[in-house]
Amino acid sequence: MITNSSHEHSGKDPFGARLGMWLFLFTEVILFGGLFVLYAAYLSRYPGEFAQAAHRLDMIMGGSNTIVLLTSSLFVALAVSALQRSEKTAATLFLLGTVISAMVFLGIKYLEWSAKIGHGIYPDSAILNEMARGEIIFFGLYFVTTGLHGLHVLIGMFIILVMLVRVRIGTVDADNFTQLEVSGLYWHLVDLIWIFIFPLYYLLL
Amino acid sequence: MTQAQISTDSEDRGFLGGSGEDSGILSWIFSTDHKRIGMLYLYSVLTMFCVGALLGLLIRLELIAPGRTIVNAQTYNALFTVHGVVMIFLFIIPGIPGVFGNLFLPIHIGANDVAFPRLNLLSWWLYILGGMLALTSLFSGGGPPDTGWTFYVPFSTQTATNVSMAALGVFVLGFSSILTGLNFITTIHRLRARGITWGKLTLFCWSLYATAWVQVLATPILGITVTLIVLERLFGIGLFDPTKGGDPIMYQHLFWIYSHPAVYIMVLPAMGIVSDIIPVFARKHIFGYWAIAFSSLAIALFGSLVWAHHMFVSGMSDIAVFVFSLLTFLVAIPSAIKVFNWVATLYKGSIALEPPMLFSLAFIFLFSLGGISGLVLGSAATNVHVHDTHFVVGHFHYVMFGGTGFAFFAALHYWFPKFTGRLCDKKPATIAWGLLFVGFNVLYFSMKIVGLRGMPRRYFDYLPEFHLMNLIATVGSWILAAGLVLMFFNLIRSAFRGEKAGANPWGAKTLEWTLPSPLPHVNFEKEPVIDKGPYDYEQ
Amino acid sequence: MDGETRHIISYRTLVIIWLALLVLTAITIGVSRIHLGPLNIWAALGIASIKSALVIFFFMHLKHEPLFLKVFLLIALLTLAIFIGLNFFDVLYR
Repeated sequence: MITNSSHEHSGKDPFGARLGMWLFLFTEVILFGGLFVLYAAYLSRYPGEFAQAAHRLDMIMGGSNTIVLLTSSLFVALAVSALQRSEKTAATLFLLGTVISAMVFLGIKYLEWSAKIGHGIYPDSAILNEMARGEIIFFGLYFVTTGLHGLHVLIGMFIILVMLVRVRIGTVDADNFTQLEVSGLYWHLVDLIWIFIFPLYYLLL
Repeated sequence: MTQAQISTDSEDRGFLGGSGEDSGILSWIFSTDHKRIGMLYLYSVLTMFCVGALLGLLIRLELIAPGRTIVNAQTYNALFTVHGVVMIFLFIIPGIPGVFGNLFLPIHIGANDVAFPRLNLLSWWLYILGGMLALTSLFSGGGPPDTGWTFYVPFSTQTATNVSMAALGVFVLGFSSILTGLNFITTIHRLRARGITWGKLTLFCWSLYATAWVQVLATPILGITVTLIVLERLFGIGLFDPTKGGDPIMYQHLFWIYSHPAVYIMVLPAMGIVSDIIPVFARKHIFGYWAIAFSSLAIALFGSLVWAHHMFVSGMSDIAVFVFSLLTFLVAIPSAIKVFNWVATLYKGSIALEPPMLFSLAFIFLFSLGGISGLVLGSAATNVHVHDTHFVVGHFHYVMFGGTGFAFFAALHYWFPKFTGRLCDKKPATIAWGLLFVGFNVLYFSMKIVGLRGMPRRYFDYLPEFHLMNLIATVGSWILAAGLVLMFFNLIRSAFRGEKAGANPWGAKTLEWTLPSPLPHVNFEKEPVIDKGPYDYEQ
Repeated sequence: MDGETRHIISYRTLVIIWLALLVLTAITIGVSRIHLGPLNIWAALGIASIKSALVIFFFMHLKHEPLFLKVFLLIALLTLAIFIGLNFFDVLYR
């Protein structure tokens, strides 16, 4: 399909692709934003009980996951710069770093969740239902928000994996790296959301 | 005005395709051509409209007399729920952007397609998937949802009907809407031909642009809200459950944060169509181009600030009631600006009462009536008396059906030559319009009256004192239905046997009328040269 | 604006930003241990916003994108702020 861009003849429009991805990221921000609307409302209603519940979360695991995601973002940004310089091997390794970071994140998340569930703290559990109302709400929001976020980490990880393969086989290279850029943008969003989740859920002390 | 051509067997059917590799269903449902996608939306959206209309007629049949007439209370609840879900999510929200936005946005900006053609096709497939999920909820699980299309908690989290399936369908439909919005924003920014400055965009494009922003920024809240309903039903999380510390009013906030801007997704493109049609049939430049363009953006902005006017009696704080009532009055202003500008365009124009113009004039009248009743609802003091009565039902049908619905019909008649290559038969179209206009007002004005008198909405039964108005309303629905049948029959027959149309039967000035009828495969072989505006009529 | 003439952000810059992010993470943990009452949440959000700005401007290259894209981001964030803010007219005054 010939696109009639007033800017280019080839039909390719890297900025257009980035604009489209940014718009998609806005929708993701608003999607999670709905959960933050709830968080804000309930925090103002149950300030003490939210803090009480936050104490039950493991700050070491939360903090580690923060560092893991920040590092994964670094790796993706490095990968883009590397590819722009045609440093294919470096780019591949950086992307591998991102994928591994994603796996580590999911691993830690799995440990966190299974610890909570093992202690009988999960939606509608008998133990949770005995706690203060603010704590029930806190954990409700915690599971939904980190669950939705984890799903996005999983999806992002697969997208980066596909990019890794394409960089390796050469279909994504220094002349044709828009795909990698927009994939990177998606990955950074996953990091950004966690940047807010971490203090709001783990550091409410 | 007409430019008939002799029909031959070897006529070129343009993007519609003849025999050969560009015909056959697979070449359509896998097509990334914006014009074909527009037609796919046309067929599916009109089918869903008919489903919704049928449900509406059944509702009216039940309400023709007090007591049980044709269905029991449970079925009645399902009827109005599914009527709402189908009409809102499968007809009105996707309708004009999906059909006419797809068909004409790229052409209006001198482009050969949208920015992301494959994403565009995905939007349609998601529309179909969402529709199938929503319809599947009718026949599976606990049966069709009975919560109203608003899915309020606690009922929606507790009812045994198949809310989850319907909610999933709505989620998918929301995603379809988001992708369309994203596509249109990028298209307008990146693919305008040289010479199409922002000041030369058609007002239809401006309206699609404003709509697209609402689609992108508001729809995700719907996504999270229906997700939370499903999670609540599956896991009993308690975010809206008072026994677990939750607040049901928070659900209403989240729901309306999307669903109020959604009504602007519904009406803005319709206003854009009216803004494009009136100059053609008044033979006059649109009055106040920039006022109309910016009012579209203003409606999108202010419309996002008023959602809790649906919640005045929900139990939220008095301060919120005051604030949202005040903000609601603000949003009436840009809409009024448009009405003034349309009427000013008509003034001293050379009016041609062709069907597109008739429907557009009806739009102005019906939308204004609806808008005024909206002020009654927006004022908190009067809202208390009419909330959840048939006054509300009358109000929103005036703006959504009398507004967007009639604009959709206007667009069907206006652009008919472009997607069929033929002219629509004027006389039956005019009679159909008359039936629609009369039937519509008999049906919905009666609702406003009976609502003011206190008849609640979403009730299967009503007090005997409301009987006469309901009887009148139901008869109105039959007149309306007759109009619909005649209109569709005429459109379908004209599509096969109408007089062949030339490129520009209406003498309009926008770019689609420089192309053949029906539209060609490739819009512009060479980038079009633009030197005049889209409404440049000599006085 | 197209992809052919793009800025390449140096490895050095990216690593420095990453280090800044780690430092800010440490700061946010530290500040959370000091009892500032209601100010705690605003401090946490403030630091998170700075971290986000670094990720957005450098890792996501927004620094080198045209102004209107930056304005769009602002609009999206303002929209969310409005949703939360207007909601508080209800939540705070029940």
